[in-house]
Amino acid sequence: MNTLNSLPENTLKTRVPQEEVKRVIKPAPSRYRNEIAKYIVHRSPACKRCGKCMEVCAYGVHAHKPGFKYFSEPHHYLCIGPSCEKSGRYCVAQCPNGALQIKENPMYRALGDFRWTADLILATWKMAETGAVPAAAYDYDYECGKSGGGFDKLRFKFPKTPPVKLTEDEIDTSISLNKRKDGRPEIKIDVPWYGGGMSFGSVSNVTQLSKARATVAFNSFTCTGEGGFMERMRPYDDHVITQVATGLFGVREETIQRVPIVEFKYAQGAKPGLGGHLLGDKNTPAVARMREAVLGISLFSPFPFHSVYSIEDHMKHIDWIKHVNRRALISTKVSTPTDVDMVAVGSYSAGTHIVHIDGGYGGTGAAPDIAKKNIAMPIEYAIGKVHNFLAAEGVRDKVTLIASGGIRSAHDIAKAIALGADGVVIGTAEMVALGCVRCSRCESGRGCPRGIATTDVELAAKMDLDWGTQRLINLYSAWRKTLVGILQRLGLRSVAELRGRTDLLMHLDYTNDLPAKK
Amino acid sequence: MPDKYHIKTQPVPPRRPRIGKHGVVDWREDCARCHNCVKKACVYDRYKQEAEYIRNLSEVEALFFDCMGCFSCVQDCTKGLLCMSINPEYEKLGNRYWKPDIIKTTWLQAETAKIPVSGAGYRGPFSGLGFDSMWTDMSEIVRPTRDGIHGREYISTSVDIGRKPSYLSLNESKSIASLPPLVSIPMPLIIDLTSPAHTLPKLDAVIEQTAADTGLIAVMDSSYRPANEAHLKNIAFYLGPDSPAVPDAILKKTRLVEIADSPAVAERIKEIKKVHPEIVIAIRVELTAAGIGRAIELAGLADVEVIHVVADANGDELSAQKPRFVKDMLRQIHTTLIEKGTRDEITLIAGGGIALPEHMAKAIICGADLITINLPLLIALECHLCASCQPGTPCPAKLEKIDHAFAVGRMTNLIAAWHDQLIELMGAMGMREARRLRGDVGRAMFFENLEEETFGKLFGAKK
Repeated sequence: MNTLNSLPENTLKTRVPQEEVKRVIKPAPSRYRNEIAKYIVHRSPACKRCGKCMEVCAYGVHAHKPGFKYFSEPHHYLCIGPSCEKSGRYCVAQCPNGALQIKENPMYRALGDFRWTADLILATWKMAETGAVPAAAYDYDYECGKSGGGFDKLRFKFPKTPPVKLTEDEIDTSISLNKRKDGRPEIKIDVPWYGGGMSFGSVSNVTQLSKARATVAFNSFTCTGEGGFMERMRPYDDHVITQVATGLFGVREETIQRVPIVEFKYAQGAKPGLGGHLLGDKNTPAVARMREAVLGISLFSPFPFHSVYSIEDHMKHIDWIKHVNRRALISTKVSTPTDVDMVAVGSYSAGTHIVHIDGGYGGTGAAPDIAKKNIAMPIEYAIGKVHNFLAAEGVRDKVTLIASGGIRSAHDIAKAIALGADGVVIGTAEMVALGCVRCSRCESGRGCPRGIATTDVELAAKMDLDWGTQRLINLYSAWRKTLVGILQRLGLRSVAELRGRTDLLMHLDYTNDLPAKK
Repeated sequence: MPDKYHIKTQPVPPRRPRIGKHGVVDWREDCARCHNCVKKACVYDRYKQEAEYIRNLSEVEALFFDCMGCFSCVQDCTKGLLCMSINPEYEKLGNRYWKPDIIKTTWLQAETAKIPVSGAGYRGPFSGLGFDSMWTDMSEIVRPTRDGIHGREYISTSVDIGRKPSYLSLNESKSIASLPPLVSIPMPLIIDLTSPAHTLPKLDAVIEQTAADTGLIAVMDSSYRPANEAHLKNIAFYLGPDSPAVPDAILKKTRLVEIADSPAVAERIKEIKKVHPEIVIAIRVELTAAGIGRAIELAGLADVEVIHVVADANGDELSAQKPRFVKDMLRQIHTTLIEKGTRDEITLIAGGGIALPEHMAKAIICGADLITINLPLLIALECHLCASCQPGTPCPAKLEKIDHAFAVGRMTNLIAAWHDQLIELMGAMGMREARRLRGDVGRAMFFENLEEETFGKLFGAKK
């Protein structure tokens, strides 16, 4: 990363010292009083308060505050359920008065959906709380969702014993973002993911800063989305990607010069071909000022860029940014049409460093339902298509391919890389770590009722910056650990070695009997 | 610039309590009566609304279920007394094809006339049966396809119904011989006959008015007489085998008529044309096992202008053990007609299984020129599709008490929302005209093909 003294020409001269954030795991329990649990523990009046349950439980479900006569409400979310019986430490069986019962929480059904199952949400919360992979005893099915296709049907073919024995320290999870060797900075990130674009206005300041601080800890990046970025982001500028989208909201020479990566957002997976949309309620005085727009009106970043109708026009755009910021890398974010492979190669030839493909099932703060489900192909199909075409054209190692749109877990990241991506962009998973339940109400009225994707002062106050940062650092740590575990089992020394290794994958709907090709 | 097609809409709130997906169950007996109860903090103010709703109840009605499912109150209650659940009434809506989320989104569109917008990504299955096994394509900015990229205001959704000769023929005096009549409608949608099960006393008048207000055409029973004669141009009488005849004077004021398929269909066409040469005649063909063959056969007849193929309400082939889906049947008819070189000469209307606006676009991509609907309009009136429409059985939506203006407003709103969504899809696809969308499978991606191209090559045969 550049230091203040060695910055090339056209870099902002008013930079402030960059802040460091330590990569330390600390517990960050839910900010809600009652964490949603898979099982509920019921204590009947038959309880004689003997304390046996507290003694036997290995997970700290039962609690009794000193000085109180009765037990506290059990910590339901820590309970692993009836499978505990095998451990011999099952409170229900051990209670001398038969006062305890454990049942599946009926509320569990109301949480989650096909893509983000309740198990996946709870496991992500657990990772964000503890920084560790949830204990196997919890039996969370968090490696996949239940969508019935794509990543949810792909599995790794792990050998019985790894072909090479590697320790965790020997495994490299970093990826390089500049493969062009064009004299611009050789930026490496420590983990093969960075944060997706979420604009000032679509999420709260605390959310945006938490994302930025967590990426500093992992030497990765966060993206401001469209709409400029606040002064408080200055200490993290070296880990910020800013977007240029059709509305050109918040795009100024100063914002371009502040950051090491500038991203052109041509399309977004959740609403390809439709453009961005910030509903009027979220256009608060601060947002309006930043976007130089009128307070309270809906703001559209209409599709398309009328200055780009061809690859040549795209090149002109890239040259413009490269001229304004001499150290910047360029990322081009496109959606996944049938000809996404041609788009990617065209974008490479126009001079981009990163081709970012955003699949049809991607996240959003607001998108028409018809677009989310129906337009453009899911990312699982697009990755291989682009990877193979770039390879066939002989440019695969000159451009970084980043995939996004439905990446929910470390397993999805590994599968996306095995299909051919260099790395991924994540968004929804970060929101879930901060307490999102995917109620889909980010866009209406005052915005997110859980204070994540909102500009409402009262709602945004529900979250604290240190807590938000810690939750994301914890999630990233758990993901990195999982990813290292996968590479270890496969006997691979680095994430880069995993790229394009479809021979290590299998699909549950197929016979998987083709001769292996490396 | 000519006037743009615009449907005038205004919000029409539901008459009945909303049936939301989530509800909060409250164990009140243990309540500690906190002064800062979480219910007061509901972002959507639902608890207050619920209390008001209960206070104003004049009779025992449905429970109040309009929770947004954010879990905030549930997770913050001091004593943990609140529990989120899925509303059983919501789960009972519709049937296996017309799923509760289809009914809910239709209600919302009928109320607001807006395109449903929500946050967070897609929540559903990766792909599914029927129309869910295809995606529409989009035109990426840096490499625009088809008509390129242009503003929504330049997208035309109008289509023409009738026979379109592939070449002009000249008569003896070298002037152009007369062309067959064509009916143009501003969007590729026709309101189909309502099923006899759903016939309500006021429904026909509502449909007549909706067709007139939206500039579309509704297929009506031949015994129906509109309240306003000017609306006859928005009505296509259906002449079934046993239908009463329509007086010539009335028929002459209509633009389109639909007749039942029969061996003597050619004679029937001649009879009608004798009365009203400028009328366009559609033949209704049921998509049974023989339906596809019959539609193809009819397309080869010289006098046939329009074929209206109809699957069942769920889009399935009629009277079949293992029914094919309407999308696949349409593709078969369409491609066969292309092979025969007659596709451009006739108009193909498709009905059955069109439940959402994307189905309209997808059916057109699969080969229909336009589509017909009826159930979505009934759902717009708050119908639950409970399938118990019999005399003596109470209708949960009280459709028999429906108000004319309310019903027209809701149906019009739904059609307007569908129109806007069609434009959104076409805009993303880079299509400028609904006419050109027909059969353009290059603007779509099919699950089977993508799977084969991507995973088939890597993982062998599909199990």
